[in-house]
Parts: sequence; C-alpha cells; structure tokens
Amino acid sequence: MAVITGLSLWLIPILIVIILMYGLYKRVPAYELFVEGGKEGFSLAVSIMPFLVGMLTAIGVFRASGAMDALTQALRPVLSVIGMPPELVPLALLRPISGTGALGLMAELIKVHGADSFIGRLASVMQGSTDTTFYIVTVYFGAVGIHKIGDSIKVGLLADAVGVICSVWIVTWAFGP
Amino acid sequence: MINIIWVALFCIGIFYAAINGTMAQVNKAIFSSASEAVTLCLGLASVLIFWLGLMKIAEKSGLLDKLAHLFRPLIRRIFPEVPAGHPAMGYIMSNLIANLFGLGNAATPMGIKAMEELKKLNGGRNTPSRSMITLLALNTSGMTLIPATVIAIRMQYDSKAPAAIVGPTLLATLCTTISALLIDRYFYYRRKRKEKK
Repeated sequence: MAVITGLSLWLIPILIVIILMYGLYKRVPAYELFVEGGKEGFSLAVSIMPFLVGMLTAIGVFRASGAMDALTQALRPVLSVIGMPPELVPLALLRPISGTGALGLMAELIKVHGADSFIGRLASVMQGSTDTTFYIVTVYFGAVGIHKIGDSIKVGLLADAVGVICSVWIVTWAFGP
Repeated sequence: MINIIWVALFCIGIFYAAINGTMAQVNKAIFSSASEAVTLCLGLASVLIFWLGLMKIAEKSGLLDKLAHLFRPLIRRIFPEVPAGHPAMGYIMSNLIANLFGLGNAATPMGIKAMEELKKLNGGRNTPSRSMITLLALNTSGMTLIPATVIAIRMQYDSKAPAAIVGPTLLATLCTTISALLIDRYFYYRRKRKEKK
C-alpha cells in the first residue's frame, strides 16, 4: 500500500523531469513545443464543453427528481455481494458507452460525495481504468470497413466488467472502505 | 445508444418529479448543472493545457518512439501473426504508447492506420482477424499512466490529494488490460475449436 501511495506522489514529477531532460538532450525547442501542445489541450477542453453541459444537465435532472436514489436503493442488495456501492452502477453502465457521459457522471459523484470519499475515489479509478468500448469498436472497425465485429464487443465488455470489480477491490485495499 | 440514454435520463427524471412532487428541485438542477459544467470545463483546461503541452515535447523529442522500441519484444508476443518489420507493428506500438500517455487524439489515427495494415494482412476481408480483435481489446481496456482529466476534476472539487488515485488507477488498468488479453485469447481458441468441428 505504501508503494501505491508513493507511486501516486512521485510518478508525475518523475515523468516531467524525464520528458524535459530528454527534450534538452535532443535539443528540441521545449517551451515552444509546450505552447503548441497546450493549444491542443485548450481546444480539447472547449470542445468537450457542450458534451458536459448536456450530460450534467440530464444527470442533474435525474438526480434532483429522486429517480437516482430510487434506482440505487433498488440495486443495493445485489451489489453488496462484491462490496460495490450502488451509487456507482450508473457510472459502470455508462462508461463503455460514452466517454464524456461517464466523465460528467464521475464529476457529479465527486461533487455529491466528496473527492476523497470512498465513492469519489472509486469513481475516479473506474473512470481512469477502462475506456469507451463501444466508441472504440465503432471508430476503429468503422474506419477500415469491418462490418462483422466478431467477438470484439464481448471481449471489451467482459474486460470492462473485470475492471469494475478490480477497481472496487483495489480502492478498498489502498484506502480502506 | 447514447441518444436513447440521454433522452431517457431527462424524461424519466421529469416524469418521476411529476409523480413525487420534486419539480422545484428539477427546475433548479437544470440551470445549476449547466453552469457547473461550464465551470468544470474551464477547470479542466488548466490540466489539459499543461499535460498535452508536456506530451508534445515527449512526442517531438522522440521519447515516445524510443519507448515504443523498448516495448517491441512484448508487443511481438501479443501479436504473433504480424511479421517482424511489417508497418502494422510500428502503428500498433505508436497507438499503445500514445494511449499509455493519455493522448487519445494521437492514439486514434495511429490505431486506425494499424487496423488498415492488419486488414491488408488479413487479405482485405471484412471480418476481423485475431490481431485486430487483440488490438481492439488493448484499446478498450484503457491503459493510462496518468489520468489527467480525472485529476483535474478532483482538483475542481477540492480534493486534498487529487493525484492519490494514480497508483490505484494504474493497478486497476493493469488488471483490465491483462484480463482483456486473457479473454481475447479464450475467445480465439473457442473460435478455433468451432472451426475444427
């Protein structure tokens, strides 16, 4: 566990030093490249704005009406088996379908339950540890004209499910329930 | 799919509010959520600018290519059907490395290029080959070293340790990736057994 928290603390600074030193060694214009890449980062942040407005509003309405609470209460007995809080079920279901949708839902969970709560941490790990399976299959196979997707959706979704269960265990183990 | 979910969230929410008398809260939520989403995006901009700026240096200095080279022996074992030195290999590696560093925008074009090459290797058929499904499984399992967006959102909501989830996320992502590879292998051998019959 100490290794995991240590890794969290050191990984980013170490990566920064490695990237900058290597850039210096290769004599690339580091600052200009940083600005160039930063512009892409800014347009990325702006381009996801409509997605987040759409998603957060829909989720906000769903939660404010009381429907979210009704849903999580109904799911509670089933999920207590793997130690997963029912609040996270909507996130687990949305994650493979829509990346920005899941991002909005994660932000909402962190806002309601707190970033350093069990639910907030678990939502963060779940968001970071799987990807948008349906989107990736559609884009990659669509682009090269593969019409029969074979087993790929099944593989992706099963791996996502394993990822969710692993996330629950790892977060419980690293931070305590 | 996402269209149906999105519309359903609104409609179920509003109908539920109509039955349970929570319409006042719903009205408030519509406008507060929208303004909150905009604030959130501006907060995200700080981390995305910093991280993608740094990654541009890593990309242009050739650090990412160098890393791709390091992983070559491992990747070769995962994709046994791709001949050594085939262009598909290069694209697969660039795709996986870009994913590892959270560069989704750079990863997608590389992944599509890799798929094109793999399709050629597969005789241009419109059914996916084993390697194509493996590459897809690796992409959908979302290997990331630094989940920059998640850290940014945690910062926005006053986390005491926004990056504390980096280690656990890395561990979880490793579990997902390994299980994706195992599940992929399982389905492959199942297909082969079916073909024999």
